[in-house]
Amino acid sequence: MTKLITRGEAMNYIKDGCRMMVGGFGLVGCPLTLVETLLATSVTDLEIISNNLGEPGKGLGALVRQGRVRKGIGSYFTSNPDVAAAFNRGELDIELLPQGTLSEAIRAGGAGIPAFYTGVGAGTKIAEGKEERVFSDKRYILQEALRADVALIKARKADELGNLIYSKSARNFNPIMAAAANIVIAEVDEIVPAGGLCPENIVTPHLFVDFLVLKEGG
Amino acid sequence: MSSKEVIAKRAAAALVDGDIVNLGIGIPTLAADFIPDHIKVFLHSENGILGIGPTPLEGKVDKDLVNAGKLPVTVETGASYFDSASSFGMIRGGHIDVSILGVLEVDEKGRVANWSVPGKSVLGVGGAMDLLEGSKKVIVTTLHTAKNGASKIVKDLHYPITSERPADIIITELCVFDVDAEGLILTELFPGVSLTEVKAKTDAYFRIKENLIETESESKGAD
Repeated sequence: MTKLITRGEAMNYIKDGCRMMVGGFGLVGCPLTLVETLLATSVTDLEIISNNLGEPGKGLGALVRQGRVRKGIGSYFTSNPDVAAAFNRGELDIELLPQGTLSEAIRAGGAGIPAFYTGVGAGTKIAEGKEERVFSDKRYILQEALRADVALIKARKADELGNLIYSKSARNFNPIMAAAANIVIAEVDEIVPAGGLCPENIVTPHLFVDFLVLKEGG
Repeated sequence: MSSKEVIAKRAAAALVDGDIVNLGIGIPTLAADFIPDHIKVFLHSENGILGIGPTPLEGKVDKDLVNAGKLPVTVETGASYFDSASSFGMIRGGHIDVSILGVLEVDEKGRVANWSVPGKSVLGVGGAMDLLEGSKKVIVTTLHTAKNGASKIVKDLHYPITSERPADIIITELCVFDVDAEGLILTELFPGVSLTEVKAKTDAYFRIKENLIETESESKGAD
């Protein structure tokens, strides 16, 4: 059994209208080979959970520019003016969450927790429409967990089983997204035989990873 | 020293040996250059780093190593990496000793607006709310007035509030305010700054610490 597939084969798992998580903090830790391959397909009407939606015309930003993103769920889209433009034209729906709430909602989604209370955002515009509850005289808002049909993540190195290690701050959202989607495709720089990664250092155990795709180019 | 450097230097002087510190974008980032030699602090970045070091030299940039402002950084000996949920668990969970933040405005209760400008699409919050909510101590660093001369220390916020939790210290190029349950207390005037000037440039009500001292400018005659 091998989890290694081509980047073209990976596209069979991304359907029109699907909800997709994409790792990365800006372009750092974003699976750019997979995103570039997706750009060359006709898949559209995507709902994307990602901290940002790339940069103007780059990464997920290219999908936004082509009008193929229906909704973005993330914490910071200000750095991509295309997102604001599409939002203002009514072509893109946006759900904004504090970055810690976004990451915890993804973590919860992968850990079988349907929702949680957080104090972050209570009493602010972020809380509008959300259930509120008081614990020990402090206000908290209810946040539902996030899951997706497919997650595209980026790791530095995998073994043949799909165990993953990451590179520096390119880790960010990738390990939590690996747990929170029905199909998880990890783009990696290198694949080593099983045993090639020290068990103490593995960040994402292989049970979370369905497919591996090798990164192409620099 | 520029106004922003004056603010950054005073903010760095508020740090204590061993502090875990998160620096926001702008003036807070400058504070890293003024950390006193006799203390050791550890810089946390919400994208998953504890132990940020100096900015890399040209040609030594690692594309996988950036801070929360997406600028290249290095790490120092003893640094660690972690995922975003762990990082924000550290923040919400009260494990960050000090956050130094930039703001659009701060009100007379010490509450902050720093994430959204009305009239513009609200499309970014990042870690602003988490840091205010969870950090043990919050230091606001800001120019006292906006470019149009309007006070940034206001009676009521004109911009959407970031958190109900107030800051603990507010540092501008003119002075320092402490924040208690009642609101702002002016505790320090920088050399060459008069109480009259601070009053004229502050829209918010504030109390004045007993025995507040006005001192002459250290660099009289200089720029």
